[in-house]
Amino acid sequence: MPPQDSASGTLGEVELRPNRLEVDRLLDDPRTRIIVCCGSGGVGKTTTAAALGLRAAERGRHVVVLTVDPARRLAQSMGLTSLDNTPRPVPLPDGHGEGGGSLHAMMLDMKRTFDEIVETHSDPDRAAQILANPFYQSLSSSFAGTQEYMAMEKLGQLRRADEWDLIVVDTPPSRSALDFLDAPQRLSRFLDGRLIRLLTAPTRVSSRAYLKVVNAWVGMATGAVTKVLGTQLLRDVQTFVAALDTMFGGFRERAEDTYRLLQTPGTAFLVIATPEPDALREASYFVERLSQDRMPLAGLILNRVHPSPAARLSAARSLAAAEALQAAGNGSPRSMPNDAAADTAEAPRHPLAVTALRLHAERMQLAAAERRLAQRFTAAHPGVPVARVPAQPEDVHDLAGLRKIGESFAAG
Amino acid sequence: MVRSRDTDWEGVRLHVVTGKGGTGKTTVAAALALALAAEGGKVLLMEVEGRQGIAQLFDCPPLPREERKVAVAPGMPGRAGGDVYALAADPESALVEYLETFYNLPHAGRALNRLGVIDFVTTIAPGLRDILLTGKAAEATRRRVAGRPVYQAVVMDAPPTGRIARFLNIATEVGALAKVGPIRGHADTVQGVIRSPQTAVHFVTVLEEMPVQETLDGVAELRGLAPGGLQLGGIMINMVRPVELADDQLAAAAAGRLDVHDLALGLKAAGIEDSSGSAGNLGLAGSLAVELTEHAREAIAQRGQREVLADVGQPCYELPLITDGMDLAGLYRLAGALREQGAA
Repeated sequence: MPPQDSASGTLGEVELRPNRLEVDRLLDDPRTRIIVCCGSGGVGKTTTAAALGLRAAERGRHVVVLTVDPARRLAQSMGLTSLDNTPRPVPLPDGHGEGGGSLHAMMLDMKRTFDEIVETHSDPDRAAQILANPFYQSLSSSFAGTQEYMAMEKLGQLRRADEWDLIVVDTPPSRSALDFLDAPQRLSRFLDGRLIRLLTAPTRVSSRAYLKVVNAWVGMATGAVTKVLGTQLLRDVQTFVAALDTMFGGFRERAEDTYRLLQTPGTAFLVIATPEPDALREASYFVERLSQDRMPLAGLILNRVHPSPAARLSAARSLAAAEALQAAGNGSPRSMPNDAAADTAEAPRHPLAVTALRLHAERMQLAAAERRLAQRFTAAHPGVPVARVPAQPEDVHDLAGLRKIGESFAAG
Repeated sequence: MVRSRDTDWEGVRLHVVTGKGGTGKTTVAAALALALAAEGGKVLLMEVEGRQGIAQLFDCPPLPREERKVAVAPGMPGRAGGDVYALAADPESALVEYLETFYNLPHAGRALNRLGVIDFVTTIAPGLRDILLTGKAAEATRRRVAGRPVYQAVVMDAPPTGRIARFLNIATEVGALAKVGPIRGHADTVQGVIRSPQTAVHFVTVLEEMPVQETLDGVAELRGLAPGGLQLGGIMINMVRPVELADDQLAAAAAGRLDVHDLALGLKAAGIEDSSGSAGNLGLAGSLAVELTEHAREAIAQRGQREVLADVGQPCYELPLITDGMDLAGLYRLAGALREQGAA
């Protein structure tokens, strides 16, 4: 990335204008079947997913929004008291559902999803055996990767159910926003790994042949595994792996199917970021990773920007005017009911204007800093269209708030 | 070490810093480490999520697998500041180190890697990964040379609020998994440190509804852990912007009841003349009034969130928004704010 000196003033003039991301066109296109919202934590992924879902539904699509976040945020913003592992209808208020669309929302319960896979793909006895295994219980409720597999699984299920013509999914709040793309490969690597073969060896017919390849380091490693894990845990893992053995193949196949589904043109990835260095850095990684994995990127949603309705008044001019006004105050005959600068000897005549001008200057500076960051992103990824969503002064917790965000997508 | 004054967290040596994504958790953890090192000594700042956030913050190359000095604390009059060391802890090297230290298995790492055991332990096996990371923090906290602690404090940039209780509650998690054996023994040792008065869990938040709600949820979750649970630390309210309006103006502005004509007169008095004349000035005043209204509504919402946080009953510390980019100077400012308020 070329260094950008904001003080030089030259780069500011040659403004890099990214293409506008046309969110409505994306939502209206019947070929769009899956929208994946990704980005680092705290950038408003869940709210964006909900707002996209609502807008699409109100424009006539049959939408289900899948959120993977353990917090009950989506429920809050959609006015639902609870979300479980099944899509629940979100009633569209009168006057907004005329397009013939509908909205459902669900929150991923990863343990339930995992349990359901086990129950669907094995006979009742074996299922009961797996569900009771302590290692399974821990694995299925842990956050270390399971969430990503289950998100992929649920997405695949929803797509196969074919009850909705648009699925909007919010990606897990992973330590790295990219984790869910790795889930199928990681699972494969694990299942094909020598550890699994080692652990399941005693239960396999070919164990004798297998033992031939056991060499010194395997022996040492087995010793280490036993030392670290202890024999009881090792036994649990062995039982678990043996019980899951037949099921795992199908599980992996489906994860790989879902991965390929994500690469089809019916999928659109939206990268969400706020105009902050960390969030945009993650967004850059994500854009690069998506292109590496040949995933269809639709664009960047730049959340919580601070445009000014009075942009024609520059920060410098505004600050100078505030100072002039402050200085001009000289024992005004008007009494100031409450004065922001009451402690100064000379109260300004127009305290409100002074405050307004100061605030405006700050806001213009903030907007300029945000623009610089956004331009840096566009310089690195000139082909990525961008939609901007202004910061809301209050938190969004109802459909009206979500609708307002949806409207700003359209405004670009 | 003789400290010049008491702080709110005397006796705490492992500071666990959590917070919702986007609240500046890493920044606050770094500022806390600098604040703790202000009177000399060595403080370790440790990250556990493989993001290299510390290196980005201190603008240095990615952290290697060993502890490395990244900054010198601001210091006090007549007294040099201490050193802040940093470590990007990863479960893989923690595992290898653990095997070397406790089992005298110096070359196990490579063999385990080829077998896929490292993958298994660090990405698939639940709980094991967390115990390796918390274990590393516990080890650094307990480490002594010649009878003296190597680090006077360890600050951990921990996983986000939504995962913190599970992350720290490893002994219970692992206990269900491994009822006996070396893992269990190790888990118990780590738990001993995490649940002692030597450890406190601080929450970083901003004054917005969702991060505040997550803070409340996280606090409740930690309080709900078994007796003798984790010690709650402070609530660090980050990115606080000063309110520019006086109370009565605030109410009027929030309600959109500002005198736009008066504002327009003020603009004129300030020498701002819109090219389209007085109508233009009135338009400009209207736009500025919109900005004032947004500012006021934000300020009122924030005031509400601040009250909610005060009700938690833990000390709250406020850190100003640093607008001109976060660098060492900014971190020093935040460290200063933490010290002034008694957090360190």
